[in-house]
Amino acid sequence: MRELVAPALAIAVCVLVGNLLILAVGQQPLEVWSVLAAGTWGNGYGIGQVLFKATPLALAGLSVAIALNAGLFNIGAEGQLSLGALATAVVGLALPRSTPWPLALFAAIGAGVIAGAVVGAIPGVLKARFGAHEVIGTIMLNFIVLALINWLVAPGRLAQPESQSTAPVIAAATIPRLSSFVPALGGSAASLAALLAVAVAWLTHFGFRRTTLGYELVAFGLRPAAAEAGGIRAGRVIVVAMALSGGVAGLVGANNVLGYKHYFEAGFSGGIGFMGLAVALLGRNHPLGILLAALLFGTLSQGALAINGVVPKELIDVLQAIVILAVVAASSDVLRRGTR
Amino acid sequence: MRRSLALLVILVVIDVVLLFPGGREARSRDRSAAGARAPARVGLVFDVGGRGDRSFNDAAYAGMVRAERELGIEAELIEPGEGADRESAIRIFAARGFDLVIGVGFIFSNDLTLLAREYPRVHFACIDYAPPMRDGRPLPIPKNLVGLKFREEEGSFLVGAVAGLVSRSKVVGFVGGMDMPLIHKFEAGYRAGVGRVCPSCRVVVQYAGSTPAAFKDPVKGAALAVSQVGQGADVIFHASGSTGLGVMRVARDRHIRAIGVDADQFEDGLHPGSTTRSAVITSMVKRVDVVVYETIRAVIERTFRGGVRVFGLREHGVDYVHDSSHGRDIPAHVVRRVEELRASVIAGRIRVPEAP
Repeated sequence: MRELVAPALAIAVCVLVGNLLILAVGQQPLEVWSVLAAGTWGNGYGIGQVLFKATPLALAGLSVAIALNAGLFNIGAEGQLSLGALATAVVGLALPRSTPWPLALFAAIGAGVIAGAVVGAIPGVLKARFGAHEVIGTIMLNFIVLALINWLVAPGRLAQPESQSTAPVIAAATIPRLSSFVPALGGSAASLAALLAVAVAWLTHFGFRRTTLGYELVAFGLRPAAAEAGGIRAGRVIVVAMALSGGVAGLVGANNVLGYKHYFEAGFSGGIGFMGLAVALLGRNHPLGILLAALLFGTLSQGALAINGVVPKELIDVLQAIVILAVVAASSDVLRRGTR
Repeated sequence: MRRSLALLVILVVIDVVLLFPGGREARSRDRSAAGARAPARVGLVFDVGGRGDRSFNDAAYAGMVRAERELGIEAELIEPGEGADRESAIRIFAARGFDLVIGVGFIFSNDLTLLAREYPRVHFACIDYAPPMRDGRPLPIPKNLVGLKFREEEGSFLVGAVAGLVSRSKVVGFVGGMDMPLIHKFEAGYRAGVGRVCPSCRVVVQYAGSTPAAFKDPVKGAALAVSQVGQGADVIFHASGSTGLGVMRVARDRHIRAIGVDADQFEDGLHPGSTTRSAVITSMVKRVDVVVYETIRAVIERTFRGGVRVFGLREHGVDYVHDSSHGRDIPAHVVRRVEELRASVIAGRIRVPEAP
């Protein structure tokens, strides 16, 4: 119950500010909200789009939460998921056309996880060996990784002529759309990769409660000195937590590359990694909460398009920022909170 | 705990109360829409740059506004963020049964080609269309999609001639945005135009980068312009989006001339405190507004035809600023010479190359 009050307050404040802003631009709040609802949960396509948008947000949120449980702030999910998605696309298109689909999917998704994990582990190693703060490390690595991707995805290197995207992956490495099972979702970009987010959420939950590694991470996150005194090796925990965090972010390519356009496009993310921080905060670092928070932000993101004709889309950006501020204000102890 | 719950209840009550007031504007708009049925519903989806870029996207918007005013269409627009929102925005319009959906920018080529097949009863248009490739071959363009391309090289040819004729130092500059085939067309036409009227002139060519960010880097633009001035250039043509704002600023400060691109950029080169003296001597204009307007009209008049359509000097798709007050710094003999060149290009006596 107590866990739910802060997010509920945050959303109530968000609606309040939203109402005022809508009134300020001369529209009627009820009408705008109903257009938003109709464009998202009001039809099959909208629902599918919300699922599609919520999936990478959930993965990024889980990525942040894993590090946060070990007391580490991973601001680098954006770089991790971008390079992961690129690795997924490159492996997916380089495979021979005759590759059987289980192998193709495994190779492409695995490449994304490894790429993400490597990008995540670097700031982990820097912290474990040299004491470099992971916030600085991850932020700075974002710039390096995104610049590297910009350089790689250009015509003559990995991109097709006159475009900023790679060639498509082989058919065996694509993930089927949900609409091929549920026709009502018609045309939406949601794919079976949405289940991946749910699976990772469950694995995270299970991993933190039932495995030795999970115990070590949480113990270290709660009281680093006590954990070390208890025989937990700090350096190992830091590197493993950051690598796991990056690896989960690296799964985003499964949804946005293999499940959607089938190729990597420069700048496809547009800040999913940073929204992951907000999702983890709003979800109170709990896997179920993160899934719900991702659905909320997915709804807002798709809803922004639906109401773009009536109010400026920046309104939604403001609303998302208000939700985050309200959540942070309502819970000053987020940093040290483990799963429960 | 009890206090937070009370606060929550109070907030929810205020929220609900605030849902109902306001909205005069919205209701009156609904009524006018219901009163006279619009001849067409048109959706415009902007590039990442979005409205306010003072060139490409704003020109498309201007064309749509004109169609709203003169043809009485009902228009809506979406400014998507990155990636997936672009396809979704097009689909939102298409699924609502719009008559025409326009994507502003080459980046929409792939999405529009695929969606046009899914919505055969909706018309689609893509500005700066580049056919998407599959296995090294371009995908065929659907019948309900028109790819609108411009012969930027022809307009650039004319401003190249202006540059060659007004340069005293016999060195002229070119600043490109992203190093890509679309911008190479500007360079090729410019080089050809300069060479035509001034074979002894030297053209200094530089690009701001190899990523889309190269179109929005005024600092880099200024640095390149300074280096070209250092090499003796006294006229610089830029084809680089807002990067060119830096080029025009340097032109103003160093008292050389700049040539704008896409839209009439006279005002971006105004000398401080003046409304009539600008470093921008002319601009190569790409009439995205006209093409958007004409496409909307074709849909209303049922003369819409799919396929790739190319707009050059002959179709008035490209031009240079010369007959308004913004082009008065071009000497009359230069205008005469350039107009002769225009006639030769239109008549096919001169073929302007597309690649440098």
